Amino acid sequence: MGSSKNMTDLTLADLKKGQQGVIKDVSSAHIPLKLLEMGCLPGNPVELVQVAPFSDPMYLNINGSHLAIRKDTAIHIIIDQVDE
Amino acid sequence: MSKQIKVALIGNPNTGKTSVFNALTGLNQKVGNYPGITVDKKQGVSKLNDDVKANIIDLPGTYSLNASSLDENVVIELLLNKNDKDFPDVAIVVTDVENLKRNLLLYTQIKDLEIPTILAINMSDRMQRKGISLDIPILEKALKTKIALISSRKNTGIDELKQLITNYENLSTEPCLDASVIDKSYFEGLQKAFPNQLLYKLWLVITQDVNFGKVDKKTIDSVSEFKTKSESDLKRLQQKETIKRYQFINETLKKGQTIDPNAATDLRSRLDRVLTHKVWGYIIFAAILLLMFQAVYDWAAYPTDLIDASFASLADWTKENLPEGAFTNLLAEGIIAGIGGIMVFIPPIAFLFLFIALLEESGYMSRVVFLMDRVMRRFGLSGKSVVPLISGNACAIPAVMAARNIESWKERLITILVTPFTTCSARLPVYVIIIALVIPKGTFAGISYQALTLMSLYIIGFLTAVFAAYILNKILKIKSKSYFVIEMPNYKLPLFKNVAITVIEKTKSFVFEAGKIILAISVVLWFLASYGAGEQFNNAEEIVAKEFPNLSETDLEDKIAAHKLEHSYIGVVGKTIEPVIKPLGYDWKIGIGLVTSFAAREVFVGTLATIYSVGSASDSEDEETIKSKMAAEVHADGKKVFTFASGISLLLFYAFAMQCMSTLAIVKRETNSWKWPMLQLVVMSGFAYLVALVAFQFLNK
Repeated sequence: MGSSKNMTDLTLADLKKGQQGVIKDVSSAHIPLKLLEMGCLPGNPVELVQVAPFSDPMYLNINGSHLAIRKDTAIHIIIDQVDE
Repeated sequence: MSKQIKVALIGNPNTGKTSVFNALTGLNQKVGNYPGITVDKKQGVSKLNDDVKANIIDLPGTYSLNASSLDENVVIELLLNKNDKDFPDVAIVVTDVENLKRNLLLYTQIKDLEIPTILAINMSDRMQRKGISLDIPILEKALKTKIALISSRKNTGIDELKQLITNYENLSTEPCLDASVIDKSYFEGLQKAFPNQLLYKLWLVITQDVNFGKVDKKTIDSVSEFKTKSESDLKRLQQKETIKRYQFINETLKKGQTIDPNAATDLRSRLDRVLTHKVWGYIIFAAILLLMFQAVYDWAAYPTDLIDASFASLADWTKENLPEGAFTNLLAEGIIAGIGGIMVFIPPIAFLFLFIALLEESGYMSRVVFLMDRVMRRFGLSGKSVVPLISGNACAIPAVMAARNIESWKERLITILVTPFTTCSARLPVYVIIIALVIPKGTFAGISYQALTLMSLYIIGFLTAVFAAYILNKILKIKSKSYFVIEMPNYKLPLFKNVAITVIEKTKSFVFEAGKIILAISVVLWFLASYGAGEQFNNAEEIVAKEFPNLSETDLEDKIAAHKLEHSYIGVVGKTIEPVIKPLGYDWKIGIGLVTSFAAREVFVGTLATIYSVGSASDSEDEETIKSKMAAEVHADGKKVFTFASGISLLLFYAFAMQCMSTLAIVKRETNSWKWPMLQLVVMSGFAYLVALVAFQFLNK
């Protein structure tokens, strides 16, 4: 798993409420194991369900698991956006 | 003797594991502690049939065997240690049918430990509504186990589960996948170095730094032919392992589970649209908090008054009906007054635990954490600090423990340090009696001044906690990996049985823990106030009679009793500290109350009751007379002791001072150091002294 990300990469933090994507890469140095174990792994689908004020934290549906993470974690999860 | 099977219940949080535990054991359970740590250890007995019983242990909820908290550590330590007396004959992994994919991760890890494991799929009553169907034989084959499809809500499938426990010896102990393929040569080398150990156990020891039996991380590191990897390499391997496990789970569920995507418009999304809304979410949360405080202070008042009155009359009855003497006095003035002082806490505490249990059980608490995280972070706290800060209004002890699931050490430490500022229910009786004494009766906008004062004290406590957090966040130089993950569980109607058991257990343990301290202090206090050394105490009758030759008999007796108290052991203590507390507006009797309050605040009213009733010939224990006695107290110069100025000073002192040994002990255990509780004791109490001093000097004109 690469831990470097390009400026052009789309991350989870770029999703708007209701949008969906597929996780492409997670930089394991910045992502706690617990989050991986809850399904935050490459290939899994993700949807932004709800955001708190200032878009932080973010309430996600990852691979059928509902969980909330902070924006500073979300920027380390690279995704491909899926259009409806 | 009948046969006993040892069973461990394991599962992710929010899978209804505890409901399954309650369904299996009924009220046949007890809560203890794991040695050395404050994690609740819940055990119970379930009768499987006429000959066989199961001893069931309900392990803390965990997402995986890779522990990230003290609670989760308990699970792995038990499962790795075959010699532990609780090591299970059979494990039950409880899963939620709606979250099978994620829940099965833990299951595959448990299977790798080669313990006979039953898979319990809970909440099966929701399958139809969610359009989920399962092919049990296919799943059982792939997962190499027996499955019990249960619903703890509808109480179905429990008998089948008991049947599976009874026949646990037939279960396969074979792992359901081979995770070592992620780095074949590494794991082969590891196995070669330790041929007699289970590979997955070794892997857990390497990644977790836990130990089992004779093998710990050091022994693995020291084996020369095998080289352990760097931390980042290990983490990469763990990620690979997790992906591998999910691949297996996905393949298994593809064959064994179908979900109709058209089923069920979701209750979750409809509720979340309102409850996590940027505006409505906060309004609803505020309304729920208001309702909670209303319950704790208004509704709880009725049963509280009843308990209070019963104990007052019990004390009177004891005095009238038992033969006079030291023992009767000890019983009435020390023990019964002391027990009564703790029993009055039951209603408000039970209400608070009821609300907290309802918020947690329904899944709403996670939404509050989500809403509050950003706000709390500004003060160096986490959204998860909301739970301790709310629970702190009942009692700081469970509140400090509730900080355990905060991932960042710095945020967790700050939460622990500031939680005792919130207004725990032990402050309530002190507030109530002082407010009744010094705050005038009038109303403002339909609310009485007295109620407003009480409310202000709660707000002051909370704001001080937040403000202290802000300062600590600036001062403390702790680098800790800060991340935040919280599951947003499905909304559920709380199960009455679960809520009831939680409320009863928590209230019981609070009453017994605090009760022990209060009782001990009441007895010691009574002794110290009833006996003394020196001429002034022993010859009190003659000295007083000489000084006041013309008094009536009852007045004389009162004077003698007061003189004796002043020269009793406790009187000497009070007199010694009087110079320190005088600038705050207190006399030596209040000083004694303050000293005993450092064991536990709730002792204050009881202490004054003991001191005033020991120091008076007319005996009565009910609060009204304590209050009127306090109102009648005067200094030597004839000025009242309890004035507006000294009352406010006393209220503020109690709002800020760290006066609870049990909290200090818990903080020591949770932070693993005396440094932090001592910091709390010194800083909070010093601050309390300063504020009380300023308040008294400013108000006392």
